[in-house]
Amino acid sequence: MSQLEKTPLYDLHVELGAKLVPFAGYEMPVQYPLGVKKEHEHTRTACGLFDVSHMGQLILRGPDPAAALEALVPADIVGLPKGMQRYALFTNPEGGILDDLMVVNGGDHLYLVVNAACKAQDIAHLEAHLTAGHRLELLDRGLLALQGPQAAEVMRRLCPEACELVFMQHARVTIDGVEAWVSRSGYTGEDGFEISVAAADSETLARRLLAEAEVEAIGLGARDSLRLEAGLCLYGHDIDTATTPVEAGLIWAIGKPRRLGGERAGGFPGAELILQQVQDKDHRRKRVGLLGEGRAPVREGAELYNAEGERIGVVTSGGFGPSVGKPVAMGYVSIEASAPETQVFAEVRGKRLPMTVSKMPFVTPGYYRG
Amino acid sequence: MSNIPANLRYTESHEWVLDNGDGTVTLGITDHAQEALGDVVFVELPEVGRSLDAGEEFGVIESVKAASDLYAPLAGEVIEANEALEDAPETVNEAPYEGGWIAKLKLADAAALEGLLDAEAYAKLADAE
Repeated sequence: MSQLEKTPLYDLHVELGAKLVPFAGYEMPVQYPLGVKKEHEHTRTACGLFDVSHMGQLILRGPDPAAALEALVPADIVGLPKGMQRYALFTNPEGGILDDLMVVNGGDHLYLVVNAACKAQDIAHLEAHLTAGHRLELLDRGLLALQGPQAAEVMRRLCPEACELVFMQHARVTIDGVEAWVSRSGYTGEDGFEISVAAADSETLARRLLAEAEVEAIGLGARDSLRLEAGLCLYGHDIDTATTPVEAGLIWAIGKPRRLGGERAGGFPGAELILQQVQDKDHRRKRVGLLGEGRAPVREGAELYNAEGERIGVVTSGGFGPSVGKPVAMGYVSIEASAPETQVFAEVRGKRLPMTVSKMPFVTPGYYRG
Repeated sequence: MSNIPANLRYTESHEWVLDNGDGTVTLGITDHAQEALGDVVFVELPEVGRSLDAGEEFGVIESVKAASDLYAPLAGEVIEANEALEDAPETVNEAPYEGGWIAKLKLADAAALEGLLDAEAYAKLADAE
């Protein structure tokens, strides 16, 4: 194992008393002295600041970068308006998912945010498939997420302009004198902003945001329970090379123009299989939400059974949902067991715990749509 | 620094044991252990009447982060389990030596208590982690 990397906020995390753990090659704060549960609750009721600088921020330039990226993702990128962000998936020829990412149309370029653990692989994948004339640049920038129902109030004091953005809009702004790229998005199910900032300005901006009364620093532990309650996938757990976008319930990430009969149908790795699944809906398993009845958390890897005792699936993410007040999980089950309200059983330490297939998200999203 | 009361005995697996003086003990997990675990969300309690060997797994504490096994500090029979933890598992964090107790045992051999760590020895162990 090579030495762990540090984000531009490393010294600040240490100063704040964070518990640091290795994550995707970085030394990252899993929690601060507040603790995972309170950090989770604070984000749901007030405002949390997350360091997500470990994620890969890329700029793709060259002739028609949107058309070039569409050769690798099933999303509608050509139709993405300037200043808008969209969720996308890198697929492989077998119809599996190589990574999930955010794509911003920056006018003459695309700005991509990819998972930290997939960063090197994504860059190699992009470079292998891009034609001459395209340039890919890995940015040395910090990335902060300001999330929660009070995020907009905080932002209004420092950058009123950013508050004019609605969900999934993106703009270049100045926050209290610091140049930043801001999108109205996040990974918690709450309203909020993701803020890209020069590495050298990251700590200044983070301190400025933390100085606001509503804001607490939040670690990766709460980030995971927040995104789980919001029904959002974690790459490498809920989606991977063995799951297709259709099985994962991510059909919405396949743009209408990219589907069969669309004006730019197919043209991405695995298109034949994926588009056939979109049309025929003959996939055998599906990602679902699962709500526990007792208090025992049902974690990743727990096997799922039906009432007859037949194995029907597996949990891919799970834990106790502090805002739901119950164990929450997501996993893959056979189509027959995937309808909401179906009762299934999760095996935990030799016991079969009842769970109910539930619609996701488990909490009401706070996304600001104007 | 974590709280390590002088009147208790301890195990290397971070349980505390209170000698009730009548051949029974009350046990739980230490302040150091609850701090390392983080927010406790579920405690799987042992069944009353169950007979335990020293070192035997008898329950599980689940925190927001992970599941952690509980080990019997001494051989004995479970005579009571703290059912209040079913609804309020966070008591293990808030009051690990009081409301957060986990079970009471009737010891097979009361003299075995002497084999556990005292507060000073446990403090050294906790410090070294």
